[in-house]
Formats: sequence, C-alpha cells, structure tokens
Amino acid sequence: MAQAFFLYFAGIIVLTSVLVVALRNPVYSAISLLIMFFHVAGLYVTLHAEFLAAVQIIVYTGAILVLYLFVVMLLNVKREERYHAQFPLAALLGVTILTEGLMLTLNRRFSSEPLPLSGDNGAADAAAGNTETIGEVLYSTYLFPFEVASLILLVAMIGAIVLAKKDITARDR
Amino acid sequence: MVDVGYCMTVPLSYYITLSAVVFVTGLVGVLIRRNIIIILLSVELMLNATNINFVAFSQHFQNVAGQVFVFFTLTVAAAEVAVGLAIIIALYRSKSSINVDEFRLLKW
Repeated sequence: MAQAFFLYFAGIIVLTSVLVVALRNPVYSAISLLIMFFHVAGLYVTLHAEFLAAVQIIVYTGAILVLYLFVVMLLNVKREERYHAQFPLAALLGVTILTEGLMLTLNRRFSSEPLPLSGDNGAADAAAGNTETIGEVLYSTYLFPFEVASLILLVAMIGAIVLAKKDITARDR
Repeated sequence: MVDVGYCMTVPLSYYITLSAVVFVTGLVGVLIRRNIIIILLSVELMLNATNINFVAFSQHFQNVAGQVFVFFTLTVAAAEVAVGLAIIIALYRSKSSINVDEFRLLKW
C-alpha cells in the first residue's frame, strides 16, 4: 500500500518536473510546478511529516508560486524561445550525474530496517506528535539558526524592495 | 492501519533515486533554458529534491533535525525567490527581455 502511494507520488513528481523544464510557456511550467509541490506535500504525509506538508502547501504553492505567476503576468513575455545551445553539455552532465547517483544508491543498498536509534531523540519523536516535536526542537536546539532565518527574510524583503522599485535619483535628473 | 514510526515500508534508496532524478532535471533545466524565470523554477526543483532527501533521512533515522532543516531550506527558498524576481524585474526594465543570452555585460 505504501509502495503504491510512493510510486504514484514519485511518478507524478518526475513527470511534472520534466514538464517544468520542457514546456515553453512559463505559465504552464509554473502550473506543473504547482502540481509537483502538491505531490511533494503528499510524499511528506506518507513520511509522517505532516507539519512540513502543510508548510509546503502554504509557503511554496501559496506564496512562492503565486509570486512567480505574478511576475510572469507582470512581464508579459509571450515570445517563443528555443532551447539553449548548451544542450549537449547539459545532456552529458545530467546523464553522468544521474548514473553516478543511481549506481551509488543501488550499490549501497540502504536497508529498509531501521538503524539503532541514536541517543534519546528517537523514542520521544515517535511518541509526541510531529508538530510538537518540531516546535520543541526548533525553539531549543535550533534557536539561533531560527533567528538567523528571520534575519535572512528581513534582508531579502529589504533587498527585493530596493531592487524592484524605480530608481528615484534617475527620475529626478 | 497506523504505521508505527520507524517501519518504513518503502526503502530509503527509492527516495534517494527520486530525489536524484528531480535534482538532475532541475540541473538540466538551468543549463538548457533561456527564459530566466524557468531557470529560477528549475532552482526550485533542485531545492525540493534536497527537501525530499532531508525528510526521507529524517524518517529513516527517526531524528526530527532533518525536518527542521527543511524548514530552513524553505526560508532560504522564499528569500531567493523574492530577491531573484526583483532582480528579474530590474533586468527586464533595463533590457526589455528575460532571455539570459541578452545579459552579457560581465562576459568578454
């Protein structure tokens, strides 16, 4: 049953990610990325990461993708474009990295049985709910990275405003 | 039928394979597309591939740290999108194009 769910989600994810790269219209690419994000969220649910699934839907599809679509509409670029001349390089690199990764993965044969749980973390995680556990770890062990993340968001916000607004000094001249 | 914690019925290698395929798709997309918006979308594909890996390993090792790192990846992705799209708008304003081949001021 779990395998069937995984195969469905994996199939749709691979298909839509190929479509993101292959489709010519940016709006269609963004829509297929939307479908991919939803299926990644489904994959998170099968992995017992319910909080991340919700965050994936809210942040990725709700905020990031809407921003993409907004910019696509704002720029209003309708022109057809060809693929880049780097196609042979990209094919070579892609095939090389993919075969390398697949050989590594399939040779090592990661076992499906659980590893011995390291430390006291495991039992507590299994007992408590997913969201509570993430919250406790995030606000205790990873408190400093959390604050740095908020700083990153602040800097990105200021940077986006500064970059996207019209040049005031140029207009005054 | 509630799956108790660490009985992962799908092997970890399946998740890594899926992640590798999606990552390589994003990589090829960055290399072969000329539309700069699609290039940013491909970067999102690569970030999602790493997120799948993080969550799969987090489930495998029964350690919630991987999911916390996905949280941080999401933050960085949001920041990257905001700044990247602002740069795209600024570029479009100066060149009236979003074709990456048009932007070669630093190339000689």
